[in-house]
Amino acid sequence: MTDRVELVRVDHVTQTYTTGARAFTAIEDVSLSLAEGEFVALLGPSGCGKSTLLRMITGLQRPTAGRVWYRGEALAGVNRHATIVFQSFALFPWLTVQENVEVALKARGMSAALRASRALALLDRVGLDGFENAYPRELSGGMRQKVGFARAMAVEPELLCMDEPFSALDVLSAEALRGELLELWSAGRIPTKAILMVTHNIEEAVLMGDRIVVMEKDPGRVVAEVAVPLAQPRHKKSTECQMLVDHVYELLAGQTKTEPEELGTAPGEPGLTRGLPNVTVNQLAGFLEHLVHLQTDRADMFRLADELHMDSDRVLRLAETAERLGFAVVDHGDLAATPLGETFAEASIQARKEIFATRVRRVPIVNWLLDMLRAADRHELEADVVQSALALDFPPDIAEQQLAIAIDWGRYAELIAYDHGAGMIYLEAEAAPK
Amino acid sequence: MDRHRTLDRHRTFPGFWPTERPAWWGDAVVSVGLIVILYIGARLAFGAPAVIRGRGISLSPVALPYYALLSLGRMTAAYALSLAFTLVYGYKAAFDRRARRVLLPLLDVLQSVPILSFLPVVLLSLTAVLPQSVAVELAAIILIFTSQVWNLTFAWYQSLRTVPHELREAGRIFQLRGALRLTTIELPFAAIALIWNSMMSWAGGWFFLMAAEIFTVGQRDFRLPGLGAYLSEAAAAGDARAIAFGIATLIVVIVALDQLAWRPLLAWADRFKVELVESTDPPRSWFYDALLASRLFALFRARGHHALQWIDDRTRNGEPPLTDGTQWTVSQRIRQLLWLSAAIGLAYGSVRAAIMLLGVPLSDWEEIGVGTAATLLRVTGALAIALAWTIPLGVAIGLNSRLARWCQPLAQIAASVPATALFPVLLLAVLRVAGGMNIAAIVLMLMGTQWYLLFNVIAGATAIPQDLKYTTALLGMGRVDRWRTLLLPSLFPYLVTGAITSTGGAWNASIVAEYSTFGGRTVRTTGLGALISHATAEGAYPQLLAATLTMILIVTLFNRLVWRRLYRLAEERYRME
Repeated sequence: MTDRVELVRVDHVTQTYTTGARAFTAIEDVSLSLAEGEFVALLGPSGCGKSTLLRMITGLQRPTAGRVWYRGEALAGVNRHATIVFQSFALFPWLTVQENVEVALKARGMSAALRASRALALLDRVGLDGFENAYPRELSGGMRQKVGFARAMAVEPELLCMDEPFSALDVLSAEALRGELLELWSAGRIPTKAILMVTHNIEEAVLMGDRIVVMEKDPGRVVAEVAVPLAQPRHKKSTECQMLVDHVYELLAGQTKTEPEELGTAPGEPGLTRGLPNVTVNQLAGFLEHLVHLQTDRADMFRLADELHMDSDRVLRLAETAERLGFAVVDHGDLAATPLGETFAEASIQARKEIFATRVRRVPIVNWLLDMLRAADRHELEADVVQSALALDFPPDIAEQQLAIAIDWGRYAELIAYDHGAGMIYLEAEAAPK
Repeated sequence: MDRHRTLDRHRTFPGFWPTERPAWWGDAVVSVGLIVILYIGARLAFGAPAVIRGRGISLSPVALPYYALLSLGRMTAAYALSLAFTLVYGYKAAFDRRARRVLLPLLDVLQSVPILSFLPVVLLSLTAVLPQSVAVELAAIILIFTSQVWNLTFAWYQSLRTVPHELREAGRIFQLRGALRLTTIELPFAAIALIWNSMMSWAGGWFFLMAAEIFTVGQRDFRLPGLGAYLSEAAAAGDARAIAFGIATLIVVIVALDQLAWRPLLAWADRFKVELVESTDPPRSWFYDALLASRLFALFRARGHHALQWIDDRTRNGEPPLTDGTQWTVSQRIRQLLWLSAAIGLAYGSVRAAIMLLGVPLSDWEEIGVGTAATLLRVTGALAIALAWTIPLGVAIGLNSRLARWCQPLAQIAASVPATALFPVLLLAVLRVAGGMNIAAIVLMLMGTQWYLLFNVIAGATAIPQDLKYTTALLGMGRVDRWRTLLLPSLFPYLVTGAITSTGGAWNASIVAEYSTFGGRTVRTTGLGALISHATAEGAYPQLLAATLTMILIVTLFNRLVWRRLYRLAEERYRME
């Protein structure tokens, strides 16, 4: 691999956003490189900045610090040799399939006749022959993404970037499209020199990539690189693949640490304020029920994902929630319910609420909110006020999401009440100071 | 559900209010600017001739097509101007952050200013510097332009700012720039909003065109040959046949435009939807279908396509550079100089305007105060009457699709006739009654306002979800409860939107409604509009400036303090989604 030509080098890039007086680090000191002939998967949970990194590599976004090099030249604008296949396809709805492919060529100054023949040839290659005159809205998701691929390949990019290209598709279409792309790529039927794929799906990364760059959030950073020394075609049920998937789960899920470390600190206090995972209590309860009813003490997380038909990102988020509330422990990529978790899963609705309430009070953000309410006049606060207080620790959109989760959890636990119309949060009698 | 779409446009066209809150200093600059412009107009008006003879208007029906063409020509010219202005202004406001801070508040104030209040100032100042025929034509076009342009500009600005992020990114990664970006991304994305707003602009434009064509105060006859002048002349002569012909021509022109221009455009523009779902009931047009079925049209289209391709092949941009985005920069010094001279000009102008206003005697200010109260009362009365009949009827139509099928087209035709065109006819009818001018003024305001309300009520009633209607029925709610818990809350946002547009229209109407020269006789009633018109007739320029500013101030304040709050409340609490 060392003798290969280096295509992209990301050199200590950092991305920070400033809102008001606060600066948030989306990406912290990330370096990586991409050589000709490589298929690299960029894997991480949502919010780890992997899409931002992809945009830096294509030149759509300029890093706050650090540089991106392409073939030894520092990038100072959109890279003409790179294209993106978007998660949401980003097709122009008012153009036909053929026009969508042609428009990329038009921008490069190709004549009409040449454009048409190139576009038709590409559409034929991705299997969209006969759909040239259709509009994107007439196509299924999988076919739309094929147009996305054809459009990206039309400009004959050296570097093909894909931003979660399969996550908006149904399971079967995604699987078919993955296979077709790998076939085009490994047979050398497209002039692409390297592929960079952003994904949050562990299995997808293991099945497709030659190398997996694993990222973590808070702040976004690279935590590991995993080589996948398996020949294509790979089968997800094969032992080698499953071992790798399990290994990556282990990297991403980590180990359950001590309670203070798991929970983090309250907003406004020194130390890391850990955001609440975006999970509803009902999802958590269902997940725990499933875990408890398994006949084993501990479950492989990739098995759970498979059984529950979820992608790895959801499973990791649920596991993290269970872990933080003390309902489960994570150990070497396995998940085991704690006695408390078992009780919670088996309990009646009212008992569940009580258990949840005692646990959720220990979560710093929720506890901080309760303290503020207790101190407030008439035990009520405007949601906007709480949100701006949270905005000292989180970027504005995340602060809004965090408040929504805290309200959802607090309401379930019957600790707080919320009036959406008035935008007011109230303390329930249960949580009032005695 | 084509009906639904038509109705909803009053509510859903983008950019009714700006989403961003304008800076207070932006408002200040805009207000001072307006005062200065009006002052300059009033200054110029000193030179306007005291007697202006109108042009002869023929009442022969044979002249009607010619008059219709003239009216249509004025509308088209103003619309072309509006479109050009919209594209440039919206682009600047959307992409130049510094310019946006002035351009947005400016738009916000301008769209709520009663445009007709400008008419006298514009007319007088233009006749002072230009030959009369040119000045009057130009004034009409400027007036129509100012009535058409703001909502269009807002729609375009809003569209530019809301192009989906991933489409913009795709545009950048595939190097779409300049004209290609405009025609591939921005214009298609804005197309539907632009077309709907163009339709609204035309509807509003007719109202002002008619007002401009019939404008006469005292010895100054500013009438323009056109459909409006024809109708006023016919009414003055008491010629019922000519009145009928005139109104029929107006309706034919408006309906033909709708059927031959707007409907086909809408049907064609359905492809510019952003949603990736097929619409269950796309807008249809018989004329568009006919065009598509025609071989001749196909031939034209193919030729056109070839021509475009030919041009395209010759104007292709070569290999693009590695970085994207070009920027033109004026040197910093020139920019500073421009700002400085603008500031000095504004300061000087506002001092002169203040001096002129100080010259207005106290008794005149009293008169303005009384007039404002009277007009406010009339506007409120017209709104109350309109609400009283449109709510029950609108709900009846909205909840009953059989009734809707009958009433809808009738109401649309009735609404399409600009109220100002009928005003002379109305005067003819009520002037013999005691207090006739007062009645006429309220009726004119009503004619301008009620349709907006009716359509909004119908749209609101149709939008009530079926399951909520079932629920109230299952709960066995009484009539009063049903109105209180279901109908009025669901209608609220639609009522607010309708009322905002209506009251704006009513203030506008006051200028022509409260003071009229009819058949050589001047009739007036107490009111702010009457004061403006009277000052125009008498050449009392300081009073004209004072009254015009007062009206602008009152309407803008009302919008800010009352309507905007209600609108926000409606958005937050009573939305169905």
